[in-house]
Amino acid sequence: MTDLKPGSVVFENIRKDFGAFTAIPDLSLTIEPGTLVTLLGPSGCGKTTTLRMLAGLEHPSSGRILIGGRDVTMTPAHERDVSMVFQSYALFPHMNALENVAYGLESSGYNKREVRERAEEGLAQVGLGGMGHRLPAELSGGQQQRVAVARALVLNPQVLLLDEPLSNLDARLRRKVRTEIRELQQRLGFTAVYVTHDQDEALAVSDRIVVMKEGKIAQEGAPRVLYEEPVSEFIADFMGEANVIPCEVLSREGDVALIDVGGLQHRLPARQSSAGKAKLAVRPGSVVLNPDAGGGLDGEILTSAYLGDHVEYEIETPVGTFFVIDHSVDRSLPAHTRVSLGFRNKGLALIES
Amino acid sequence: MKNGNKRLNALIGIGLAAFVFVPWYRVDSGFFAFEWISRFPFNADLAPGLLQIALEGRIWLTAALALFLLGCCARFMSDADARGKLLVASGVAGIIFMALQGLAITFIGWSWALPETLFGPLSIGQPAMGAGAITISLIFVLFIAFGLAERGFMKGDAFVVGSISVLIFLVTVFIFYPIGSMFIGSVQDFDGSFKPDGLISNIQDPSIWSLDCLIGGNRCGVAWRTLFLAVMTGLGSTLLGLCFALVATRTNFPFKKGLRLLTVLPIITPPFVIGLALTLLFGRSGVVTEALDTVFGIEPSRWLYGLTGIWIAQVLSFTPISFLVLIGVVEGVSPSMEEASQTLRADRWRTFWRISLPLMKPGLANAFLIGFIESMADFGNPLVLGGSHGVLSTEIFFAVVGSQVDPSRAAVLAMILLSFTLTAFMAQRVWLSGKNFATVTGKGDSGAHAGLPKSISLTVHGIVVPWMGFTIVVYGMILFGGFVKTWGLDNSLTLEHYARAFSIDIQDGALVWSGVAWDSFWTTMEIALISAPLTAAVGLLTAYIIVRQKFAGKNAFEFALMMSFAIPGTVIGISYIMAFNMPPIEMTGSALILVACFVFRNMPVGVRGGIAAMSQLDKSLDEASLTLKANSARTLRKVILPLLRPAITAALVYSFVRAITSISAVIFLVSAEYNMATSYIVGLVENGEYGIAIAYSSMLIFVMITVIAGFQLIVGERRLRRENRVSGLDPQRKIRFSQEKTA
Repeated sequence: MTDLKPGSVVFENIRKDFGAFTAIPDLSLTIEPGTLVTLLGPSGCGKTTTLRMLAGLEHPSSGRILIGGRDVTMTPAHERDVSMVFQSYALFPHMNALENVAYGLESSGYNKREVRERAEEGLAQVGLGGMGHRLPAELSGGQQQRVAVARALVLNPQVLLLDEPLSNLDARLRRKVRTEIRELQQRLGFTAVYVTHDQDEALAVSDRIVVMKEGKIAQEGAPRVLYEEPVSEFIADFMGEANVIPCEVLSREGDVALIDVGGLQHRLPARQSSAGKAKLAVRPGSVVLNPDAGGGLDGEILTSAYLGDHVEYEIETPVGTFFVIDHSVDRSLPAHTRVSLGFRNKGLALIES
Repeated sequence: MKNGNKRLNALIGIGLAAFVFVPWYRVDSGFFAFEWISRFPFNADLAPGLLQIALEGRIWLTAALALFLLGCCARFMSDADARGKLLVASGVAGIIFMALQGLAITFIGWSWALPETLFGPLSIGQPAMGAGAITISLIFVLFIAFGLAERGFMKGDAFVVGSISVLIFLVTVFIFYPIGSMFIGSVQDFDGSFKPDGLISNIQDPSIWSLDCLIGGNRCGVAWRTLFLAVMTGLGSTLLGLCFALVATRTNFPFKKGLRLLTVLPIITPPFVIGLALTLLFGRSGVVTEALDTVFGIEPSRWLYGLTGIWIAQVLSFTPISFLVLIGVVEGVSPSMEEASQTLRADRWRTFWRISLPLMKPGLANAFLIGFIESMADFGNPLVLGGSHGVLSTEIFFAVVGSQVDPSRAAVLAMILLSFTLTAFMAQRVWLSGKNFATVTGKGDSGAHAGLPKSISLTVHGIVVPWMGFTIVVYGMILFGGFVKTWGLDNSLTLEHYARAFSIDIQDGALVWSGVAWDSFWTTMEIALISAPLTAAVGLLTAYIIVRQKFAGKNAFEFALMMSFAIPGTVIGISYIMAFNMPPIEMTGSALILVACFVFRNMPVGVRGGIAAMSQLDKSLDEASLTLKANSARTLRKVILPLLRPAITAALVYSFVRAITSISAVIFLVSAEYNMATSYIVGLVENGEYGIAIAYSSMLIFVMITVIAGFQLIVGERRLRRENRVSGLDPQRKIRFSQEKTA
């Protein structure tokens, strides 16, 4: 895994039909070399189709795909310089770990000695040196996953594709393996396209996230941008929970807007908004609770749940019900307490109404 | 693109070689004898394509050469789109030209009137296609395939497009072309001129369509008799099969294992053997007949020789098949349905009639149609027992080999038979598609099947036990009959029949296979061994394409392939001799025609087995292999085939066994040089040499049991080691397999 050559990926006006059903109407996307980009979205949003088109397992109905600047739109899968880690890993059950890793090298026409060396090096890279003789059935879930990654990586692809690589692992292992994948990607510097429907995973591993909905890109950007500046209710809701409430933009001075939420006034980045009615997305952790003082948004606690490191509240206010996460666990408030709500400076965004 | 050039280079190389280095036309002594090499290339019959044009005056071949060179030009073009178009165009034009010239120009020159008036008479004709011509035709097919692949068809996968094209080409040549020739043959006279008189008079022939028997006349037409027999056999075998299935799954019958063994019988029994055994029991000099004569003074009669006898033989032969189908159906009825019914205050009787039986209905219909089709296609039993009351399949045979040879009549009868079986086949498809109450689901389905109501339990036992006994007696006759001197006249035991058939002498220190049966036995083994791997290969390749690839017309592709199984062997036989007896393709009398016949008749079994096995393999395995730089040929070889090993062995053994037991098509296609065991045995029966015939049959059964048992040993072991991914779905798959297998 020495001579890496990370490649860029370009989708140009890609359209994909399955019979009468249009999975992807018109998709354009550029991925910079050496970055890890996540395709995120609910099931059926076209993220896996996009990945499979990149792998050559599906061919677009129209448009162009470029990998490393070369047009591969009509190139069959086995002639593309990409490799893929499958959701089910797809390890060949009749071959041991080493043979699985060696398979792609053999297909690429390396000589026997080289195949063996590279395959062993690849297994060592993912911490499985010396396990090469085991059959997939004799490996644990996490080990199988790493064999799958090694098998894809030994080919030094321009782009590594990962299709929900963690979905078959239990929650604890998932966190460990996603860190490993990210660490490996940063160390080796390959381009990776990662498909998942889990936003935590996406936030944890990505340089950039592309959120898809019904075959279209809903928003793309750095993880922080997506979390803190969602453009729509869909994104706000999908990237972690959000309270979406009506508000009114009172005035706008340069990039800052002054808004009114049920009498509470607040300044925040104006984005595309103009004066008048608007919608505000508020992260549950961005609400401040004041049990005694007034001056904020008045509300009454409906439910209260203690969860160890934080307390979750449902709070009814004149503008709607808020879901609030409060980390001051020492001050857990019971239901029916009257509180006054304020906003922090981060975690609020005006969104398309 | 690099790969595209590589495979085109190979095609161009092979194509040029086909024009230069091998005889263009068929070599009479056989291509693989290589006796032609000494006289090559200047002998007029053996000259390659180029010399045929240059020296022999077969100038029309220039067009084939030109189209081939046109396709070659694509190799030197860089624009992928134009390149693909050129390849497809030259391929299509080439294959059409090859077909037309082959059909239009025969030994005597033009065989069609239209080109003769257009181009004037030809001074020289041409014999059948040989190595050169056939290779070039295949290359045109591959031109089309590679052209389509370069234009992005099937994701640009040349191997898949190539396989599909070649399969379609082969099916066209070996199924549709013969059937088509048969249609044309029915309106042609011996010299090939158009003469529909034969067709018209045959279609109106009262001996085919008469309904005399309904209005008090003595007998109905052969078409009605066959139809009636098929319906009765379908009903009989379905009912018996259901009884067997119920006994095997819903009662405490002590010999269930033995019952299941029955299902192997139809696979290993040559089709006429049951008829033969019945003759030994109930024929004029059969054991039972004579016993009745001596004990009760009942006159021996010929009642067995006719529809009744055929019916008994067919029900005996096909009940195990129907049992095999219905055992899955009966087990497939979810126990929870029956338990639900019982908790709703229904007693066993009501549960059986209102729940279990209706749920089995589609399965029953399917079993009936299988029995129906099998009966229609059956040739062996009617031949042995038919006497003068033949059915369609035997009438076809006698129209070809009998005293009055009438190809037109044979073709008409074949078409009638074909339309019956195809109708039943379509009906079966329609039935299976919509109304399958598949109650075996992926969900765990616990609970016990309801027991049978007492009266039904008694009835089915009352039917099954005697019938089992009968079956054992019949098979006992087959094994025993070979050791009896002259059946009915001299019942002393002897080894004489085996000695005559299978004796081995040592003369002058060398081994001499002096038995009369050895010739046909070894031919049978040879041809079965050649055709089995081909059948398995074609079948599994087709299965791979059907399961793993999506393309327009896939359903039609699958249907056409499966349909070939619904074509009765007699029809295949008659159409093969009509199609492959003269140019452009001449194969009669060779081993090749037998191999082709077996491959295309037995292929659907391989397809079914392959589909069942392949659906259990996760598709991401192939995709993983593709993204790991392996093309689909390598994927098939390194990933899919190793995982499919049990299915491969099954397909191999099944096609091997089918090739040994088949008679209906074979009897038309054998020649003095290549005689098969079954047709040899039928010959013995016709000469009344029952002893040797029976001895030979038991020998065949013994060989096949050995083969199957050996294979069970190997495969059984493999199964244990394999991880069973979708065990919940297994039973259903097996049902589908067996249903189609016999259709």
